[in-house]
Amino acid sequence: MYRVHAGGTTYTFSSLRELLAKATPPRSGDVLAGVAAKSAAENVAAKMALADVPLKQFLNEAIIPYENDDVTRLIVDTHDAAAFAPVAAMTVGEFRDWLLSEKATPEKVSALAPGLTPEMAAAVSKIMRNQDLVLGAKKAHVVTKFRDTIGLPGHMSARLQPNHPTDDKKGIAASIVDGLMYGCGDAVIGINPASDNVGAITDLLVMMDDVIRRFEIPTQSCVLTHVTTTIDAIARGAPVDLVFQSIGGTEGVNSSFGVTLAHLKEGREGALSLKRGTVGDNCMYFETGQGSALSADAHHGCDQQTLEARAYAVARQFKPLLVNTVVGFIGPEYLYNGKEIIRAGLEDHFCGKLLGLPMGCDICYTNHAEADQDDMDILLMMLGAAGVNFIMGIPGADDIMLNYQSTSFHDALYVREALGLKRAPEFDAWLTKIGVTDAHGHLAPHRPGNPLLTHAQALAA
Amino acid sequence: MAADPWANLKQFTDARIGLGRSGSAMPTHEVLNFALSHAMARDAVTTPIDWTRIENGLADLGLSTMRVASAASDRSEYLRRPNLGRKLSDHSREALMRAAEMEAQRPDLVVLVGDGLSSTAVTANIVPYLTAFLPYAAKSGWKLSPVLLAADARVALGDEAGEILGGKAVLVLIGERPGLSSPDSLGVYLTFAPRVGLKDADRNCISNVRQRGLSYEEGAFKTAWLLREAFKRGLTGVNLKDESQFLIEGQQGPELIG
Repeated sequence: MYRVHAGGTTYTFSSLRELLAKATPPRSGDVLAGVAAKSAAENVAAKMALADVPLKQFLNEAIIPYENDDVTRLIVDTHDAAAFAPVAAMTVGEFRDWLLSEKATPEKVSALAPGLTPEMAAAVSKIMRNQDLVLGAKKAHVVTKFRDTIGLPGHMSARLQPNHPTDDKKGIAASIVDGLMYGCGDAVIGINPASDNVGAITDLLVMMDDVIRRFEIPTQSCVLTHVTTTIDAIARGAPVDLVFQSIGGTEGVNSSFGVTLAHLKEGREGALSLKRGTVGDNCMYFETGQGSALSADAHHGCDQQTLEARAYAVARQFKPLLVNTVVGFIGPEYLYNGKEIIRAGLEDHFCGKLLGLPMGCDICYTNHAEADQDDMDILLMMLGAAGVNFIMGIPGADDIMLNYQSTSFHDALYVREALGLKRAPEFDAWLTKIGVTDAHGHLAPHRPGNPLLTHAQALAA
Repeated sequence: MAADPWANLKQFTDARIGLGRSGSAMPTHEVLNFALSHAMARDAVTTPIDWTRIENGLADLGLSTMRVASAASDRSEYLRRPNLGRKLSDHSREALMRAAEMEAQRPDLVVLVGDGLSSTAVTANIVPYLTAFLPYAAKSGWKLSPVLLAADARVALGDEAGEILGGKAVLVLIGERPGLSSPDSLGVYLTFAPRVGLKDADRNCISNVRQRGLSYEEGAFKTAWLLREAFKRGLTGVNLKDESQFLIEGQQGPELIG
């Protein structure tokens, strides 16, 4: 039982699960699930009660029982008490104060990750303002490598997302050229396929592998299909760089995605066996998003942000290259408007980084949400300032396959110019070598000898 | 403004490539084109349907209609609470029960038109689609319910309506979530033995029916093919694969099946 006296009223919360849910900044998904605070005052009272909870309590009280959920078991069984020691005596509120203090250096914050549980990260995020989520995340550096180096401080990468509604190869190739010419693609060139047929998937993998090898691009490719399909493709000899999977924070949501921890292990081992990385071997790409557990009816009465943080506990077992929270894709019944999407994007990035993950964000919305590109500009700017590892780059921000809006190649240029963020060093050097950018990383005037331009002419002919 | 010399690649994709740039930003006309597309998609979500116009159009096809509503009280609640859009309002439930009592014979097919997430899709496509579909229904001798015109509807609203009217199957025609380049897509959902509690895996879907997408004739053909198979095999959903394209390629009509 958790109790707090605030504004002349005594509020009680029967469990950590209830306390976390009621302390969450308002969002439609928690109302839909029936777990949100009933009033604005109760919401703040819950934050006050949560601030006084010792971090140690999170090791004693599981929000979903150990016996019922393999994600809880993963969290409990892999907790690193030695890494936890520096903050073991703190309450949630003291942890926030420490994180934002000068004492919490990037080295100290980054070293904490294996000692923190997702619920601790979620808890502290709930009592933080948006600006705290920016500065807190900025201290947690997570660097990963495959063919280039992603996540160095002062750097930001972008996924080139060249989707096409019928997987038309020329259509996809056209978007790839466009993205590369705009200096985009250092996180990954990643296609959401329309088909889940392993033959069609393999064709796309071969096509991207050809482009990457032909132009010697220091980046990696991925077709975002189910892990079991990628395992199939590897068995058939397809050139797989990264293994993709959507994951969630409970066993139930993962099972609704048709995925188990064993599948993820098998996928990772398959990709590792190909030894296709040149500067590192982080070979997994995960996507997540608040609301997936409720959508799968597997939320166990928990709030969607805490469950999202639990998805990162799954991700970190597999040393991913990229973890992407697809924040506004799910729709207004989970995140109603720009304000809720912005908040959720900052929370996810912060919690992921605190837990040691290479967090990126698909800064996005659907057309039935109360949001527009101006809201995305705010989230993009704040995530850029927070040190986000990567964002999406989509032609004109308009994904014609998935029917939602994200960030464009131009948006990536914007945030680089506004905040001075650099691309992955290997990719940056390549862009300069072929003449897309000048020595400062800015787009250069088009040069006739640029092999990508020659390629574009050949495609059109 | 700097133009992109590869803009001729636009011939291969509707993606917004080769836009050119003004510094790091999109050129003015591209920013405004995008804003217009978004505005049209937003309007598709928020503009109420002119149901009278739909009623008149369907009357011209010889179809009777009946208006119903979901349990969502307004558009904002509809967007926040999808569960309410899947349930009939008390008033509509009672009205359908009375209608069911008055019918001597159960319908083979309950037809429900829902606004869904795009009123634009329903207004633009419902009459031409049903014009293409009705000849197939007539040939097969299917008895149709009055067309239910449902406000603030989700797909599963058809399960409850179909169950009350005792239909062997329900056909839900509904506005899909609007894309930036396709604010007017109509979705066609077919569910055998409709009843409350069914899941998406129990249905078949034909997506993107619109003037610049899947044609009305093709959409109607696929619907009729799936319906025939559903009645024959007694199911819809993941175990009923749409194989109608083989027939289109072979130039056969669905009336030749089964």
